[in-house]
Amino acid sequence: MSGGMREIKRRIKSVGSTRQITKAMNLVASSKLNKAKDRFLKIRPFAEMTRSVISSVASGAQNLNHPYISSREVKKATVIVLAGDRGLCGGYNSGVCQSALSLSSQVECDYITVGAKAFEYFKSRGKSISRSVRGISEKPEYSDARIIGEEVLKRFAEGQTDEVYLAYTMYHSTISYESTVVRLLPFDMEEFSSDEAEGAAIYEPSADEVLSYVLPKYINTVIYGAMAESALCEQSARMTAMDSATENADDMMETLNTKYNRARQGAITQEITEIIAGAEC
Amino acid sequence: MNKVKIKIVTPEKEMYNGDADMVIFRSKCGDVGIMHGHLPMVTVLDYGVLRIMENGEAVKKAAVFGGFAEIDGECVNILTDAAEWSDEIDLSRAEAARDRAEKRLMLSSPDIDELRSEMALKRALIRINTAEK
Repeated sequence: MSGGMREIKRRIKSVGSTRQITKAMNLVASSKLNKAKDRFLKIRPFAEMTRSVISSVASGAQNLNHPYISSREVKKATVIVLAGDRGLCGGYNSGVCQSALSLSSQVECDYITVGAKAFEYFKSRGKSISRSVRGISEKPEYSDARIIGEEVLKRFAEGQTDEVYLAYTMYHSTISYESTVVRLLPFDMEEFSSDEAEGAAIYEPSADEVLSYVLPKYINTVIYGAMAESALCEQSARMTAMDSATENADDMMETLNTKYNRARQGAITQEITEIIAGAEC
Repeated sequence: MNKVKIKIVTPEKEMYNGDADMVIFRSKCGDVGIMHGHLPMVTVLDYGVLRIMENGEAVKKAAVFGGFAEIDGECVNILTDAAEWSDEIDLSRAEAARDRAEKRLMLSSPDIDELRSEMALKRALIRINTAEK
C-alpha cells in the first residue's frame, strides 16, 4: 500500500510543478497581451485614414485604370500566412494554417509564411513556400510588413502571381478570435467607392499617381495591421490555453489528493486491524 | 484667423494632433502651405521639412520621409511612413551619414548601390536641414 502512496505523491508533485509553469506562462501571456493590444490600437488611425483617402480617390476620380485594380484569369495565387513561432496556444496556429490550406484546393498556391509554425505546417504538407519569415510574430514592425508587401506587389506586377491572399487571425475579444482569409490583390475598388466619401477637388500630381502611391501603402498597412492583430490573438489564445491548463492541473491535483488521503487512511486502517488482530491472539 | 487642424500619423503612432495657423510641407510638386479653408486636395509628399506655423514663425519642425496628405478645408491629415521632430534628430549622426553617403557616391564602384546611397544622402541632408534652425 505504501508503494501506491509514494506513486501518488510523486504524481502530485509533477502535476504541481507543471501547474506552476502553465501559471507563469499565463501571466507572461497576459502582460504581452496588453502590449500587443496597445500596438494594435495605435495602427488604427493610420489604417482608417489610408482607407478614407482611397475611397475618396475611388469615388472622386473616374475611369481609373491601374494594374493593381484590374483582375485577370487566375492561374497562380500567393498566400501570406501569419502565424506564431511557438506553440502552446490552443488552436491558434492550426486554425489560420487550415484556412490558408483550404485555398490550395481551388488554385495553385504559393505560400509566404510568417512564423515558424506556419512554415512547418506547409513544409510537412509539401506546399511550395517562396519565402518564410520568423522571429517577428510577437513584435511585428512596419518595416517587416513593408518587405512582404513590396514583394507581393512586385510579383503581382510581373505576372508571377494573379491573386494575393492574406490569412490571419481576427480579434473579437480576449476569449474570441477567428482565422480569416482576405484578398489583397487585385484590389477591389468597388468595396471602397460604396463608402460615403466625397472626392477631393485636386489631386497632385494626378489621381492616378496618387492612387499608385497610396495603394501599395495601403497594402503594407493592411499587412502590418493583420500582423499586429494576429500577435494580439496569439497572446490571448496562449493566455486562454494556459488558463485552462492551470485549471485542469488544479482538478487533477484535487483528485490525486483525495486518492492519496484514501490510500493513507486505508494503510492506517489496515495497520490498526493488524495490531488489534495481533493483540487478540 | 481660423486655424487649421493638423494630424500627423505614422503606422506606429499618432505624432501630432493640434491646431495651427498654417502647415508647410514638401509635396511632389514643390512646397505647399495649407491654411484654413483650402480646397479639398490629396497630394503625394516628397522627402522634406515640415513646418507648423504660428504667427508667421515655425513653432515645430519635422523631417518627413514620403507619404501623402489629405486636405479637406478644415483638416490636414498627413500620413507618412517615417517622420522625426527636429529635437529628436541626432545632428552629428546625420552629418556622419551625409559624409559617408557622399564618399560612396564619389567612389562610384560597381558594387555600390548608387540609388541607395543617394537616398541615404537625401535623408541625411533633410535631417540636417530640419535640425538646424
